[in-house]
Amino acid sequence: MSGPAALSVEDVHGYYGKSHILQGVSLEVRAGEIVCLLGRNGAGKTSTLKAISGLLPPRGGRVRFHDTDVAGWPAHRIARAGLTLVPEDRGIFSLLSVEENLRIAVRRGSPWGMAEIYAMFPRLEERRRNGGAQLSGGEQQMLSIARALLSGPKLLMLDEPVEGLAPVIVEEIVAQIRAIRDAGVPILLVEQNLAVCTSLADRHYILELGRVAYAAGNAEFKADDAARDRFLGVKAA
Amino acid sequence: MTYLFQILNGLGLGMLYFLLAVGLSIIFGLLQFVNFAHGAFYLLGAYLAYEGVERGLSFWVAMPLAALVVAVLAGLTERLLLRRVYKLPHTFHILVTVGLALVVQELVIILWGPLGGNVAPPEELSGVMILGDFVYPEYRLFVIGFTAILAAGLWWLLDRTRLGAIVRAGSESPSNMALLGYDTLRINTAVFALGAGLAGLAGALAAPIRGVEPFMGVEALGIAFVVVVIGGMGSYAGALAAGILVGVAQSLMATLWPEGARLVIYLGMAGIIMAMPRGLFGRA
Repeated sequence: MSGPAALSVEDVHGYYGKSHILQGVSLEVRAGEIVCLLGRNGAGKTSTLKAISGLLPPRGGRVRFHDTDVAGWPAHRIARAGLTLVPEDRGIFSLLSVEENLRIAVRRGSPWGMAEIYAMFPRLEERRRNGGAQLSGGEQQMLSIARALLSGPKLLMLDEPVEGLAPVIVEEIVAQIRAIRDAGVPILLVEQNLAVCTSLADRHYILELGRVAYAAGNAEFKADDAARDRFLGVKAA
Repeated sequence: MTYLFQILNGLGLGMLYFLLAVGLSIIFGLLQFVNFAHGAFYLLGAYLAYEGVERGLSFWVAMPLAALVVAVLAGLTERLLLRRVYKLPHTFHILVTVGLALVVQELVIILWGPLGGNVAPPEELSGVMILGDFVYPEYRLFVIGFTAILAAGLWWLLDRTRLGAIVRAGSESPSNMALLGYDTLRINTAVFALGAGLAGLAGALAAPIRGVEPFMGVEALGIAFVVVVIGGMGSYAGALAAGILVGVAQSLMATLWPEGARLVIYLGMAGIIMAMPRGLFGRA
């Protein structure tokens, strides 16, 4: 299932002002994998994605992407290298139409063009003349993922893609995430929804206080009620 | 009939004000940067056109060349100086750009002297047109037509092209643009140069109408801010509507009550700020 490391984060530290929010995070995403990053609120999940993508430049540590250390690169250069973040707020431009949101993301060399995107997300084609702010939460999430695909990602980071969405939309997005992985793009997923994580991911990391406190394969994690209880405060149902 | 004449005059003036102010507005929309050096680009555009014509260039070459040189100089200034102060509070923007405006103004005085000069309109347009009972300078009609075409072209650029979408998206969220692989610093420089180049073009176009003098930049800056505030920061349509409004108001006042022309404009601005704090077309 999994191959050589596409992304390897080694001992990354990050700060917001003086607060030491990432205290040496290390993790790895291998070719063909979906890896889930879990943890309580404030554990540093979003900050980890921001550090990898250059929005929160790491102070110390390495972010190796296909054998190039991209730590300290500006965010746009990291994005152009194919390390693509779909942010938690979805980053939709409300002053642009759906189609404009997509068009500005198009980059040559991406396996996904506008036609492929509209085939994958028919809702976006129906809504293409609408303003970015007029979309539902699910449509915004699809637009955000679609934009990332148009830019030709070599690894996709998704920050809580199904947060606040209706179950039927969650299923749709889960299927799309799986299809993206099957198309050869490994995925690092931050998600609070345990059912989504265990149905998608090959491996899991749990962050606690800015460090990886637990790592396991999917089967092991599913069987480990104690870990879920201890790190996430979720009673096994 | 005189009113019609003044309205026509005001329209020409207003279109120049639009050209002058739209760059200031776009720059503010994209960078939240208060640029008190904007009038200096207008000044520089006027003097470069003047210099070009004095050296024997046709006005048709000198005018676009002046705008281009202003755009390049502004782009360099943005890269080397202004980029460093975007993140600082607005007071720093004002300090740096007021300083820059003064430097440009003094350089103009050193290079061209304090007295100013006149620029002849191009020969093809040096005549007058007879419109009913009154005569109207052809050059002014040209300015109205030419700026209207520019305004339409600019609207197309900002509203219909990928470049325009990039500018609008950048004004909304630079960090999300970076996540899509865009180097926002380069977009900033390009937009800044475009806005300044338009101010330079307004200066070059105004030169045959009002001549050149070293303090025309200060006056232009005041007008540009009035137009941007009335129209709404960052709004293209607002700059167009407010530019024409201010131009026509100023022109009509020149007949009705010349001493009060400025007073009316600034009072009008104050009234609009009180009634609509974001301006006519401003967005939240």
